Amino acid sequence: MSDSPSRHVSLRSGVYADSVRLMQVSREIGDRSGVHTVVVAMATPLNLELAAGMGLAPDGEAKPDQLLIALTATDDAELAAAVAAVDAALTARADRGEAQTIPARTIGAGLDGAPDPTLAIISVPGPYAVAEAADAIAAGRSVLIFSDGVPVEHEVALKRAAHDAGVLVMGPDCGTAIVSGLALGFANVVRRGPVGLVAASGTGAQQVSCLLDAAGVGVSHVLGVGGRDLSEAVGGLATLDALAALDADPATERVLLVSKPPAPAVAARVAEVAKGLSVPVRSAALSPEQPDLTAAVEALLGDLGIAVPEWPSRPGTADAVPDGAVLKGFYSGGTLADETMLIAAPSLGDIRSNTPLRPELDLGTDLAARGHVVVDFGDDALTVGRAHPMIDPTLRLEAIAGLAAGGEAAVLLLDVVLGHGADPDPAATLVPALRSAGLPTVVALVGTEADPQCWSRQADALAEAGAAVFASNAAATRYALSLIGDGHE
Amino acid sequence: MSEPLGGLLSAPPSIVAAGVEVFSTALRQQGASVTDVDWRPPGFGSPDDLTQLALDPRRAAANRVAVERVLAAGSLLVDVRPAREVLDLPDRMLLHSGPPLTWETASGPMRGALIGACVFEGWATDVADAERILAAGEIALDPCHHHRTVGPMAGVTSPSMWMWCLEDPANGGQAWCNLNEGLGKVLRMGAYNDEVLTRLAWMRDVLGPVLQRAVRSRPEPLDVKAILAQMLQMGDEGHNRNRAGSLMALRELSPSIVGVDAPAQDIADVLRFIGGNEHFYLNLGMPTAKLAMDAARDVPGSSMVTVLSRNGTEFGIQTAGTGDRWFTAPANTPVGLYLGDYGPEDANPDIGDSAIMEAYGVGGFSMAAAPAIVRFVGGTVPDALATTERMYQLTLAENPAMQIPIMGFRGSPTGIDVLQVARTGWLPQINTGMAGRVAGTGQVGAGLVQPPQACFEQALAALAQESRAA
Repeated sequence: MSDSPSRHVSLRSGVYADSVRLMQVSREIGDRSGVHTVVVAMATPLNLELAAGMGLAPDGEAKPDQLLIALTATDDAELAAAVAAVDAALTARADRGEAQTIPARTIGAGLDGAPDPTLAIISVPGPYAVAEAADAIAAGRSVLIFSDGVPVEHEVALKRAAHDAGVLVMGPDCGTAIVSGLALGFANVVRRGPVGLVAASGTGAQQVSCLLDAAGVGVSHVLGVGGRDLSEAVGGLATLDALAALDADPATERVLLVSKPPAPAVAARVAEVAKGLSVPVRSAALSPEQPDLTAAVEALLGDLGIAVPEWPSRPGTADAVPDGAVLKGFYSGGTLADETMLIAAPSLGDIRSNTPLRPELDLGTDLAARGHVVVDFGDDALTVGRAHPMIDPTLRLEAIAGLAAGGEAAVLLLDVVLGHGADPDPAATLVPALRSAGLPTVVALVGTEADPQCWSRQADALAEAGAAVFASNAAATRYALSLIGDGHE
Repeated sequence: MSEPLGGLLSAPPSIVAAGVEVFSTALRQQGASVTDVDWRPPGFGSPDDLTQLALDPRRAAANRVAVERVLAAGSLLVDVRPAREVLDLPDRMLLHSGPPLTWETASGPMRGALIGACVFEGWATDVADAERILAAGEIALDPCHHHRTVGPMAGVTSPSMWMWCLEDPANGGQAWCNLNEGLGKVLRMGAYNDEVLTRLAWMRDVLGPVLQRAVRSRPEPLDVKAILAQMLQMGDEGHNRNRAGSLMALRELSPSIVGVDAPAQDIADVLRFIGGNEHFYLNLGMPTAKLAMDAARDVPGSSMVTVLSRNGTEFGIQTAGTGDRWFTAPANTPVGLYLGDYGPEDANPDIGDSAIMEAYGVGGFSMAAAPAIVRFVGGTVPDALATTERMYQLTLAENPAMQIPIMGFRGSPTGIDVLQVARTGWLPQINTGMAGRVAGTGQVGAGLVQPPQACFEQALAALAQESRAA
């Protein structure tokens, strides 16, 4: 660095730039390596004082409408380059910039920005789902909460707020709904029609809607309400709101209520309310007295005056079931697992499970326990950190291989659920697993011909591998029981 | 109710979705209209606290009450009086900006302004004497905000300074602010040399009395809020740019000023002073915002911010649901553009009550209204639009009185919701002047700053605690 830096001070008339632009130019020029100090500013008293303080006062009288360019640099060449750079910066056309869109970060902002939204869908981690759902309710919109892990007291608070706002909370942990033909989450491609479903059970709703479809009957809407809605704690808050909405819906002529075993007091209250509606409501809530979703569908068909069809099936090749064979139900759908246990218990006695009918039958973590066992692989405890078995079959395939390796005589009973959101080709992984296991196998295949996976294509592939295939889980269960019964004979 | 569930069942729903993308994909494949939210985990706050506030049944109504009071507030200039008369302060008390502080914790520009005020009031014979009495605790210090007052930068207000006296006809509130000194070496930026003290004396002896008589002679009080509304249509955002507002204030006041019975030279000096100060209006805009934000005080269950303020050392906020309680954390240092050869190392941490403008929804929140100063934001007009777009997601309402032309005359984003700040992870954007960190320096630049997140973390926790107790 030279001891006496080169210095440039000039005043220009007829040039105006706003102070912000000039501060920016000063900074650009000041950043040049050869430049010591720089003032590019209108020659106002304040700026003249600043320049004087830096030893860069102009000679003679300066006027506020003049542009002061004052700088010092290491040498004359740097100085000349810097002055040229000032000129270039003052004439440069500003970058107009790229237009940016700021996406909504919350459901509240999303609802605010979207044209006429009618429903919010939330699948964020459970601890954060409540705030998003509350946004929707505050905006007067219904909300489907796919997320699980929402504490029950928060579920109650949301459903109360929704009731007051005249909207519906579907969920939490609601995987299945169909609204005006639009499948939300895990749902099948079924025809539209007069039957409205209120479902505290996702796979239960899928089973029922697929059987109705096979009988030529369509659904108006499938309103999921979350698996806990008919518990004592929640008291059927969303079920009651959904029933009222379907009662007022011109497209809905009959309602079927689908649920895992409900709290008796809640079931009674819902039944009482249902009686007061103009739309007929039939319950397919599972219980030891009413263990069978298929039977409930058949009764509804009777209400409609429609003949019960022969439910689709494919015969299996199982012939030799050894004496003493046990039932191994490996399920992805919790309600289907419940239905199987309710149907099988009278003939098999106690069935152990990770979602048992009675607490003393709890399997704990030993999924490979011997004896009659039904495992719900979709239970929350088995889906932590992994996708639902309707998407990711790994855990269940491992269990099938383990069963075959263990050598226990058994009939394998599986559900395979098709439709939107499910594994695009479940037979592709199941067929080799079944072939390699070589066990007598019965499959409840829940789906329709119109599903992306196509019911017949999957059924044919599974039957080809030796499995007996039924569209009805109840029929599949009874067939499995008959195989075991045959084995006893 | 006309249709059940707000029409949910009458047609295939159009959907707003947050979370796993696979669901939206499946919906689009069915031909549904889906808007995906760019959801991400909250920027701060425990899930318990966030849920507690989200489910507080008081919150929606309380926030509506709070923000509607803000929107309804008016602002009329009714008088100009010395602080001594207006504030009824104990002897030897100085007001300052931001949350409470002490001489020991005061930053350079705050100390400079306090020193200057002590000399100006004749409490000290010189700078050394002023430092001595301040260090000895002989001068009481109290935040402007505790006295319905706001002050830009150091905000130091002493008994002999004249104050704008504003009233809110809608809510009956009052707010006060001293007179703006101009730019450069000024007390509020921490300068206290003879030039500063001479100007303060002229403001005391000439400007204040002339303005008082001018304001009192008007047939009707000046509608200060209406000027702010017009400023947004004229390229000002009301915090870092007040050029149009200052000229409009001059236009409104000058006939009355000229009518004051005072020496012609004084009248000329007053008009020249006002006309030469691009930020003259700021000290009218700030109490206008203060009136509106004070109207929203003490609404239990509301998570709306009522105060954003800095004292040069700490940033402090208050909320409608937590009364007068300050939530404070060390202030950030603004980044921006510098005067002369000042640079980042010369800038003091954030200072001034002027962030009340952002609390009110103008300033940085209405950055899109002021393309002339967008370079402070980092360069381009789209950046300014993006800033304002983000602020809409932090706020409870759009102020229909404060329209932003380039946003399609959308109202300014108004009423910061602490819960929304937490959920979006976006902090409020503040436009600000920069004071030199060394006492006596004055202004060194202007730019942008954000509050420390810790203020909002504390406020969120306190609001959740209050909600549980309610």
